[in-house]
Amino acid sequence: MNALRSKHLLGIKDLSGEEIQLIFQTADSFKEVINRPIKKVPSLRDITIANVFFENSTRTRLSFELAEKRLSADVVNFSSSGSSVKKGETLLDTVNNILAMKVDMVVMRHASPGAPHFLAKHIQANVVNAGDGTHEHPTQALLDTYSIYSKFGSVEGKKVAIIGDILHSRVALSNIFALQKLGAQVMVCGPATLLPRYVKQLGVQVSLDVREALEWCDIANVLRIQLERQQVKYFPSLREYSLYYGINLKLLNSLSKPITIMHPGPINRGVELSSDVADSEHAIILDQVENGVAVRMAVLYLLASKHQN
Amino acid sequence: MKQIKQIIDQPLLEVVLSRLCHQLLENHTPFDNTVLLGLQPRGIQLADRIKARLEKIIGQKVPLGYLDTTFHRDDFRRRSSPLTASTTNVPFLIEDKEVILVDDVLYTGRTVRAAMDAMITFGRPSKVELLVLINRKYARHLPVEADYIGQSVNTLDSQRVEVLWEEQGDQDGVWLSNKQENKA
Repeated sequence: MNALRSKHLLGIKDLSGEEIQLIFQTADSFKEVINRPIKKVPSLRDITIANVFFENSTRTRLSFELAEKRLSADVVNFSSSGSSVKKGETLLDTVNNILAMKVDMVVMRHASPGAPHFLAKHIQANVVNAGDGTHEHPTQALLDTYSIYSKFGSVEGKKVAIIGDILHSRVALSNIFALQKLGAQVMVCGPATLLPRYVKQLGVQVSLDVREALEWCDIANVLRIQLERQQVKYFPSLREYSLYYGINLKLLNSLSKPITIMHPGPINRGVELSSDVADSEHAIILDQVENGVAVRMAVLYLLASKHQN
Repeated sequence: MKQIKQIIDQPLLEVVLSRLCHQLLENHTPFDNTVLLGLQPRGIQLADRIKARLEKIIGQKVPLGYLDTTFHRDDFRRRSSPLTASTTNVPFLIEDKEVILVDDVLYTGRTVRAAMDAMITFGRPSKVELLVLINRKYARHLPVEADYIGQSVNTLDSQRVEVLWEEQGDQDGVWLSNKQENKA
């Protein structure tokens, strides 16, 4: 396989294992490019990309923007704060106005699940989902699984525990799909109130005990407590969450084997991860950030070849 | 009807490689400021052979890198599917070096143009030369010519030049075929 089937990247659910491998293979080449003295290639020099962010984002937008610039694309950034969205403009009107300025690709983050799917049905440009509510965050899942593949040479057969706020996380769902498509075993772990009711139907193991999850896994992907998405209290206090689900070096050292720690960021230091873990040799958090640029370059490169002039 | 013609056989290939190496030595001895860059995917076997022969003759290491041109090509998005990149491995800086680009066949010149674009991301060389095993005459789209040529041949656009190597499980040699009738 040397091409993606769709002209959009809306979710991991739509990708096959082979397509994910193609993205990894292409990301390998881009990882080499971004470690050159001159980190830029001209592949997308005739493409204009709009980063349309209806929700706050630092690292995802920065990572996409770097990926786009290293492919020589022209980039415009849009954020809904201070825009006409506040005056009542619809999503489709906003995006159509941007497209009227001859934009070829749209990278969109939106608080509503399904917003990029809606957009993809109505516009000609390629759409990349940069996170839609609590639904999917495909490029994050791709960079997480690519980081495992980079460190271990394969994802197949690995045991990955996703620990934390599963209920409000788009990263968790996309990660579960990606890991399973690549042959990994997945466990989710967190307080019962932060686990989706039907999560077992996704074919994952479930644990309420963080020590049990850590003893089981090769890799722990630790997620942030998404306080901004929580309308009601799901646990008594951050301190209590940290006591029961926080991962510190003492806990890691007490395990029967060393494990790898991942985190999509931003980290609530002292809540889900202590600083001595986040900054330790167990963590590959900064590798994830570097891999994120290479993976996003790969996705944009492969999708751009599906763009009709 | 199948039309496959051998242009270079194994004994002739030995002679040609030997001549190319001696031409390089004539211009680059003592070879301490010169590096080879094999162009992916099909120029690297030739580059490996040239490097091995040069090292045998001069008794010192000759730096060799593999350069992939995929992301610098001008036909991206003009093809039905994306170009798949090969590995780039240039373990040295080429700043102020004399660089010899090595490819198996010089045809339209577009790969060489992309290679020069890709090459300068590793530094600014003092001089760049091109070595090819086969020069397809009258087929150029760009004003590119080789400095070292194994053999020049007249070909039609409908024909394909295939360079096969022992290392890939084939018999050493160069064949000319119609595009649908490849030797391998």
